[in-house]
Amino acid sequence: SKSSSKLTDGITSIFTKRKLDDEALEELEELLITADLGPATAAKVTAELARTRFGKEVSPEEVKSTLAAEVAKIVGPVARPLLLDPALKPHVILVVGVNGTGKTTTIGKLARQFKAEGKSVMLAAGDTFRAAAVSQLKIWGERTGCPVVARDTGADAAGLAYEALERARAEKVDVLLIDTAGRLQNKTGLMEELRKIVRVIKKLDETAPHTTLLTLDATTGQNAHSQVEIFRDMVNVNGLILTKLDGSARGGVLVSLAEKFKIPVHAIGVGEGVYDLRPFDADAFAKSLMGLNAE
Amino acid sequence: MFEGLTGRLGDIFDKLRRRGALSEEDVSAALREVRVALLEADVALPVVKQFVAQVKERAIGQEVLKSVTPGQQVIKIVHDNLVEMLGEGADINLNAAAPVPVLMVGLQGSGKTTSTAKIALRLKTKERKKVLMASLDVRRPAAQEQLKILGEQTGIATLSIVPGQDPVAIARRAMETGRLEGYDVVMLDTAGRLSIDEELMAEVAAVRDATKPAETLLVADAMTGQDAVTVATNFNDKVGITGIVLTRIDGDARGGAALSMRQITGKPIKLLGTGEKIDALEPFHPDRIAGRILGMGDVVSLVEKA
Ligand SMILES: Nc1nc2c(ncn2[C@@H]2O[C@H](COP(=O)(O)OP(=O)(O)OP(=O)(O)O)[C@@H](O)[C@H]2O)c(=O)[nH]1
Ligand SMILES: Nc1nc2c(ncn2[C@@H]2O[C@H](COP(=O)(O)OP(=O)(O)OP(=O)(O)O)[C@@H](O)[C@H]2O)c(=O)[nH]1
Ligand SMILES: [Mg+2]
Ligand SMILES: [Mg+2]
Repeated sequence: SKSSSKLTDGITSIFTKRKLDDEALEELEELLITADLGPATAAKVTAELARTRFGKEVSPEEVKSTLAAEVAKIVGPVARPLLLDPALKPHVILVVGVNGTGKTTTIGKLARQFKAEGKSVMLAAGDTFRAAAVSQLKIWGERTGCPVVARDTGADAAGLAYEALERARAEKVDVLLIDTAGRLQNKTGLMEELRKIVRVIKKLDETAPHTTLLTLDATTGQNAHSQVEIFRDMVNVNGLILTKLDGSARGGVLVSLAEKFKIPVHAIGVGEGVYDLRPFDADAFAKSLMGLNAE
Repeated sequence: MFEGLTGRLGDIFDKLRRRGALSEEDVSAALREVRVALLEADVALPVVKQFVAQVKERAIGQEVLKSVTPGQQVIKIVHDNLVEMLGEGADINLNAAAPVPVLMVGLQGSGKTTSTAKIALRLKTKERKKVLMASLDVRRPAAQEQLKILGEQTGIATLSIVPGQDPVAIARRAMETGRLEGYDVVMLDTAGRLSIDEELMAEVAAVRDATKPAETLLVADAMTGQDAVTVATNFNDKVGITGIVLTRIDGDARGGAALSMRQITGKPIKLLGTGEKIDALEPFHPDRIAGRILGMGDVVSLVEKA
């Protein structure tokens, strides 16, 4: 891909007619750092390579595929599709995350995907804070042919979520996707409001929300750790979606996130359109970090 | 997981109890930790390297002041260098014939629309300017409506929405309205775009050519990782920016992207977004961001002691 060419060039120039020595390893580690793996994880992955290949003559391709395999081994266990429980009417999906990471857009993409699978889908405009957030979700509702439960901006988000779940249950809808306002994880007041949404939903169905999805922006660096940790602790996030992978950012922080939190990564966002959602494929992700994907 | 620099340097500093001048060995050991701390704070690798090399040159041979430990001395040098590299903030430049165009650019979701309204409000209340805001975002659902609502909330005029117009046409209409209706400033909010999206980068360059903005502000998220290099380079090369607005500084990110973007573009960080509310905008102070990047709230008092 366009964005990983720098990484590819780097690895190629490092390893052409060279032994895998300390200097080469250091440069390799630096290349991983520039993909946002973070200094600790980059060092660890490189050390693993050194353990098996140190001092040997290695081709660039070999180095790249060994490293990609190493990364794939780490992220493989979390690459799991988002499966709906057909027994649930509805399967409730609460979408949470930091401001601007792609919650509303991802809901639109998921809605299209579920509809294509023949499911009935309802959307809830739980962002009652941001200007035009309700209109934005309503447009996604029109695009995907899904009803949108909404109240005016400024209304109580928990109350809206409750009303939406009541309606979804009454209409025996397969999936209810609940949008929420963006919030920074260190704002305790806003995180409490999110917990309140969960509490209120549980009054109707104590097993809901069945999936709590956190959207992570691939452009984000090491702060993603704090995002995942706090959102998980506060609202039991049990699924991740990495957005904006169509950009120049590689989302390498996901490697250490997968290792540390083991939360499933269900999908990736690769654009602003309704079709721009892909399953998260560990091998493809690892290869793209190394600049190995051909297309 | 992410220790501040003081914690990180603790062990090394304990070994540096000797007095006298800082030796190359002492400095190198400390700078290895500085490198990791900066990387964990998301400072981009090329900028980290440049920074470490600079500090090393300055630190070796420096006399350790009586009042501090050698470790504190190194931190002071690191901090001072960081402050210097971050540079001073700067006001929005309105030195042009009215209506002065201000162009807002950046990645998707970085905070352009919110920052547009914040800056407009600031110009209105602090500088008594008559400001017109125009949304050139014909892509994101309800983007133009978002700016319109923000205008209503702040009492700032927004350009009427004409469906079907392209961004350059909207920009021309905004400038024309600005001239005819006597506005001092015209704020042009644009759609989010990837810096590697040639087509959309060309589109915003066309808006620039049509309006000749006095300011082109790159709006970037304080949580940005290593990609700050690509984003800052491309927006600066292809559009030409005059300053940076760093948003979501109210989060808990260490904000290394501030240093990266400033270094790479050489353009000042003009303002900080400190919240979702429309008045949550603050001037940039290098020392505060330096302390934050280093993960040391106490750095200012430490430096004062030294
Ligand atoms: N390139 C790209 N842009 C995306 C992707 N996902 C979302 N976006 C864009 O990112 C911006 C923010 O997306 P939203 O869906 O509004 O994000 P949000 O998390 O709902 O934002 P708030 O509700 O304000 O917190 C929009 O301009 C989207 O079009 C993606 O995968 N790729
Ligand atoms: N906490 C916090 N949130 C902010 C700040 N600036 C913007 N936001 C939020 O970030 C989200 C995205 O802001 P927008 O202004 O819509 O971003 P944008 O760059 O215009 O997005 P697109 O037009 O989709 O590219 C919204 O939820 C804003 O409320 C800030 O400084 N702090
Ligand atoms: Mg949203
Ligand atoms: Mg916008």
